[in-house]
Amino acid sequence: MRRAAVLEAIASGWSRRQRARHADADLIRLGLFVLVALLAAMTLSPRHFFSAANFESMAFTLPELGLLSLAMMLAMFSGGIDLSVVAIANLSGILAAQILVRSGAFPLAATLGAACLGLAGGAMAGAFNGLLISSLRIPPILATLGSMQLLTGLATVLTGGAAVYGFPEPFLALGNETLLGIPIPFLIFAAVAVAVAILLGHTTFGLRLRLVGSSRSVAFYSGLRLEKVLFSSYVVGGLLAGMTGLLMAARAASAKADYGTSYLLQAILLVVLGGVRPSGGVGRVPGVLLALAALQIVASLFNVLRLGNFAKEFAWGLLLLVVMITNTVLDRRAARRPATTSLSNAQNKEKTP
Amino acid sequence: MALLEIIGIRKRYDGVCALDDVSMRLEAGEVHCLAGENGSGKSTLIKTLAGVIHPDSGQILLDGRVLPPLRPPDARRLGIQVIFQESSLFPQLSVAENLAMGGARLSGFVNWRVIRRLAREALAKLEVEIDLDQPVAGLSTANKQVVAIGRALLQQTRVLIMDEPTAALTGRDVEVLFSVVRRLKESGVAILFVSHRLDEMLRISDRFSFLRGGRLVATGPAADFDHAAITRHLTGQDPSPPPPRGGPRNDDPLLRVRSLRGAIVQDASFDLAAGEIVGITGLRGAGQAELALLLSGARARTGGEVLLAGASLPNGDLPATLAAGIAYVPEDRLTEGLALDQSLAFNLASATLSSFGGWGGLVRGTDIAAHAQHWLNDLGVRAPSPKLPVRALSGGNQQRVALGKWLCTRPRVLILNGPTVGVDVGSKRAIHDRLRALASQGLAVLLISDDLTELAESCQRVLVMHQGRIADTLIGDGWNDRTLAAQLNQLR
Amino acid sequence: MIMRHPNRRHEAVLSAVLLVLALFIGLINPGFFSAEAAFDLLRSSTVIGLFALGVLVALVAGGIDVSLPAIAAFCLYTTALFGGAFGVADHPVLALGLAGLTGAVLGTMNAFFIHQFALPPLIVTLGTASLIRGGLLAFVGTRIVTDLPESMAAFSHPAAFAGSGPGGAPVGGLVVSFLMFAMAAAGVAFLLGRTTLGRGIHALGGAPESARRMGLPIARLRFIAHGLAGFLAGLAGLAHASQMRNANPFDLVGTELTVIAAVVLGGASVAGGRGTVTGTVLGVLILVLVETGLVIVGLSSQWHKVVLGGILLLSVATTVRRVSRAAWREGMA
Repeated sequence: MRRAAVLEAIASGWSRRQRARHADADLIRLGLFVLVALLAAMTLSPRHFFSAANFESMAFTLPELGLLSLAMMLAMFSGGIDLSVVAIANLSGILAAQILVRSGAFPLAATLGAACLGLAGGAMAGAFNGLLISSLRIPPILATLGSMQLLTGLATVLTGGAAVYGFPEPFLALGNETLLGIPIPFLIFAAVAVAVAILLGHTTFGLRLRLVGSSRSVAFYSGLRLEKVLFSSYVVGGLLAGMTGLLMAARAASAKADYGTSYLLQAILLVVLGGVRPSGGVGRVPGVLLALAALQIVASLFNVLRLGNFAKEFAWGLLLLVVMITNTVLDRRAARRPATTSLSNAQNKEKTP
Repeated sequence: MALLEIIGIRKRYDGVCALDDVSMRLEAGEVHCLAGENGSGKSTLIKTLAGVIHPDSGQILLDGRVLPPLRPPDARRLGIQVIFQESSLFPQLSVAENLAMGGARLSGFVNWRVIRRLAREALAKLEVEIDLDQPVAGLSTANKQVVAIGRALLQQTRVLIMDEPTAALTGRDVEVLFSVVRRLKESGVAILFVSHRLDEMLRISDRFSFLRGGRLVATGPAADFDHAAITRHLTGQDPSPPPPRGGPRNDDPLLRVRSLRGAIVQDASFDLAAGEIVGITGLRGAGQAELALLLSGARARTGGEVLLAGASLPNGDLPATLAAGIAYVPEDRLTEGLALDQSLAFNLASATLSSFGGWGGLVRGTDIAAHAQHWLNDLGVRAPSPKLPVRALSGGNQQRVALGKWLCTRPRVLILNGPTVGVDVGSKRAIHDRLRALASQGLAVLLISDDLTELAESCQRVLVMHQGRIADTLIGDGWNDRTLAAQLNQLR
Repeated sequence: MIMRHPNRRHEAVLSAVLLVLALFIGLINPGFFSAEAAFDLLRSSTVIGLFALGVLVALVAGGIDVSLPAIAAFCLYTTALFGGAFGVADHPVLALGLAGLTGAVLGTMNAFFIHQFALPPLIVTLGTASLIRGGLLAFVGTRIVTDLPESMAAFSHPAAFAGSGPGGAPVGGLVVSFLMFAMAAAGVAFLLGRTTLGRGIHALGGAPESARRMGLPIARLRFIAHGLAGFLAGLAGLAHASQMRNANPFDLVGTELTVIAAVVLGGASVAGGRGTVTGTVLGVLILVLVETGLVIVGLSSQWHKVVLGGILLLSVATTVRRVSRAAWREGMA
């Protein structure tokens, strides 16, 4: 009896220091990353980088990637992935454009109507994904790969492949004006980010999603309705992607079926950097936001250094790999600490990792 | 001279002795049972013999020669094969391929004819018939076991170590396994059979060795040990006094099961009253596990009905059944019961998430933390913080958390399947005590288990299932784990 | 040999679908039933087919690979630019060898990241695809090479080969590039079905834990699988350049989906351990036929994506081996 008690105590004996290290390691890592990025910016091109114009430009472009990343985060957090977020965004923009170009004498009404249509389109696309994944039980990789193709194709058909121009003022203001000095897209994003953070971290929906992402079977036996949880999460993801499409169309003053293709990889990079585990159940919005800031600084740096589009593509790929490798290496080092493993794991320590 | 001998093996982990001066002899052609509860050091010893772990001190001798520190491929080459509980077969590949997949050689072309010949030889040695071309995924658990053994045999085995081989086997298949074991014995293989199931140990073993707390507490020929001695050596304690063996209460039963049908369950009917702990057992595959799934709503029943306090329960709807008051603690806590990477607090709340939502579904973190602290104290789980991931706990503590999680749903009926598998002796006792306390407060408990001692110590009556039906009910005085074992034997 | 059993029914269905499609198209456009059209079809399937074989090998080993088109672009461009130094202008075989080797090296890079750091293959190959394509365009060059060495262009075009068959059908040219695909298919089929290496790859993809416990050389298996996929991608790139008669580093973007669709259609599982060359080839042929059909029917190219996405989803949604609801809830796949 006593021996078992001693073993238990060892197995569960975390010192306060170790606990703190575990919980906030990710955030600290991210903070360091942001710091490094800032330092790089400071040394390489202080005048260009730290200009009001640069910051303002960042504040206009950051929301698009940010919203997409939140959508991606939702999918990954639930244990899957959503490769169709950019396609949904473009489709939503194009749907909105259908109303906008016919706005005529009612710019405000058209803007509102277009926004609603765009969001509805996004939500419906998300629902389509949700059906494929939860009702038809298609693996998320394949489901969203297929829907990405399908939706991009639909968007191409709607526009004939060309860009759609001619948006009314109120709509363009959404993407290009400021309110109290802060760009409107940024305000929208900030509000949405807070909402998603609350949704994921402090609502029953978020907790359920976390459980489903951790382990589908455990969620099932705990009494959750898996299909409903997954379906809803993809609908919300679609909504966020739709919102992105509206902002993209507003900023670019046009909608096209193949905008923002580089956003997909960046979004995945972002959420992984932000501490979301690809297998699901782990991740926090603050982490993703920090990663967003870091990456935006990096992207802005690229611009300032006049890196071509191709070099940027190279850099994103490199960054994704470096980030994932760093995460793995640090995680492995953490797992080697003796008292953080259970009794049975302690007996497995002999095996080389 | 013994075929395999270990002398003075010691292994420490973080200051605690997993194995403390263990010495043992394995003779050729002998079935030697290594018995011990969880936490006794059994798995450490097996891993040492297989070369997965190196002991801190002590020696291993094969044919009288001291062996150098082993790695798994070395051990296999010397003829020491271990068949672990988790099958290391390849489900996508055929039986023949799995059998022939002995070495790690990558060179060369596959000569299907040679493979088939080897495969047929292996199966012939075991006197078993299995379709060579079938993918292993489609085999019964028993046949998978046979294939695993066959694979080991194709590599010149001298010492075969089997880790809880009957854990997942159905009644008749245990017979198949035992006959295979007997044949191996005759061909001179030394067999180390690791188990903690009384009835099986007694049937197949020539010798016993008992591990407790990392020490070898007893060893000798099988004839020297009886049931009581075995229990005493395993647990170090005398068995607890059994609860009063009442028959079914005649007052209004809480749960009424009528003519329940499923894939295996044919026609099960019984009653369960509040405050009762009723056990369900049977040979593996007799339908007990499915019974639990049907009652809890995890699987849909194809016939019959279930009434809880007079109200008919929905079919195949786990959330609704849980809400109605039937809680099912799944068999496998690692993959079905607990989200290992999440915190204790989250896990404890995970079956009752809705209850934490205020208006708009908003949840306060402090609520969950307080809830967790309360339950951790209640369950006797000593953890410095509820933020710890469940993975960090021992098996016994994990099981307590799993139990607590479903107790939070305030069930009226609690169904448990194998609740003390892989749990140390202390936690096992604690869980049983807790169940008794809950029953006295009015909870109805259905305890599905293969552990006959557990059933004898905790249940007022036991239903024995066979081929999907309830074949017998043990009530009244005079039944204990031994009569239960005899009963099961008769069914084979 | 043995493992084709579970796939046989699926492959029979695919063959039937293929036949029906061919008949359907032939009915609309009888010109389809000609040797020339058939050869065109086979030639169009060469590039996708080689990619598909590569993805198949990677999938069977347990890792989805979306970087193959990027690898192919890299190989075709570098071979065109620098192949001259290796005497490639004279020998098509050397050109193929160079392209294949480059591809193999890039493929092993994938294997390194996946194995050494236990990273999810989808995300790794998304990263390497970006790395390779970006690196190609940023550091190697963006000029389209139009003066391809004749040896490279030759094997996809009949003109370089003397002699034409009955009715002027260009027989010679077809044989070479499609022959390359046919040989690759046969080679991969042999590897997967009749060598211990191939069976090891199946084992690894189907049950990685068991593979570890059985002491299979996992690193070697992964490196070979992904290296082979890269090699095939290199060949695919060269075949493409040969068909187009130029080396365009911007090419082959977006073919990832078609390739994966073909392989999944053919019965391979994204989870790993399952897939056959026969199924993959059938999948490729069906997709190419669909593409041809869409053109013949007159559907604008804009609809192609829609149809492709739809086919992928349809095939995955209706596949015989779909998980049951109970199994899905309880976490199996």
